[in-house]
Amino acid sequence: MARVVIDVMLKSEILDPQGKAVHGALDRLGYAGVVDVRQGKRFEIELDGVLDDARLADIHRLAESLLSNPVIEDYRVHVETVHVEDGVDV
Amino acid sequence: MRIGVVTFPGSLDDGDARRAVEVAGGESVALWHGDHDLRGVDAVVLPGGFSYGDYLRCGAIARFAPVMDELVDAARGGLPVLGICNGFQVLCESHLLPGALIRNAGRRFVCRDQILRIENADTAWTSSYAAAQHLTIPLKNGEGGYVADEATLDRLEGEGRVVARYLGGNPNGSLRDIAGICNERGNVVGLMPHPEHAVEALTGPGTDGLGFFASVLSPVPATR
Repeated sequence: MARVVIDVMLKSEILDPQGKAVHGALDRLGYAGVVDVRQGKRFEIELDGVLDDARLADIHRLAESLLSNPVIEDYRVHVETVHVEDGVDV
Repeated sequence: MRIGVVTFPGSLDDGDARRAVEVAGGESVALWHGDHDLRGVDAVVLPGGFSYGDYLRCGAIARFAPVMDELVDAARGGLPVLGICNGFQVLCESHLLPGALIRNAGRRFVCRDQILRIENADTAWTSSYAAAQHLTIPLKNGEGGYVADEATLDRLEGEGRVVARYLGGNPNGSLRDIAGICNERGNVVGLMPHPEHAVEALTGPGTDGLGFFASVLSPVPATR
């Protein structure tokens, strides 16, 4: 089994009102020194079988076409491989 | 003339859009998101609402609805398509229109009667208006901020593809006060405010929205 994590963030030049709202809350809570907050999305995709190059290419196509909108967002793909031994994730 | 209105799961304004078509003198046809079928209509409205709960991004999942396969092909072939609010978001996600719509700069859902200026009265959906005409129609959105890169904005302006602009204050942070845009041919129009809520004096701020539906019903070919 493999787990693929896709992080999607608004591009730096796109205004992020949600991040701004969180930033404002941090200020009100007294956290000093916070310069900026950006809010994004994280997708964790569980796959059975082996994650080969072809499937990884599919994941990138998925990230580009559905999970992110390239007009306003960037994405990053991380692969977290999970080994299963005796029914226990290690 | 038959005008289809697509219903997605979470569409809200499909009923009002169908009614607006009828008030303007057309025949409305209900289209279903799950059908690969446009039922031979002469134009299509993608209505407002929260298709698929607005999950992921507004319009992102609706873009992949079965009916969109036929709609995208037909729109590229010249079929008049009007996307209102969530429909505008679907058109951008489908790449029928450039740019994207993001959360309102002021972070609040805005619901008010909005003044617009018609910037392009030559599209399939605005030909019954005059250029520079002012309209008042309802606006109601949480994610209506129109964004695109500078080159795209310049191209839209240069090609006369800004269809309508906000007057009397920008409600959502849309770049260059853009309320609506069209494709190169002028058959596909995306608009954030809701003309279908301004077609009868009893239930809206007036009847200024009727012209969008009257335009597409007009016998004069309006597409460039």
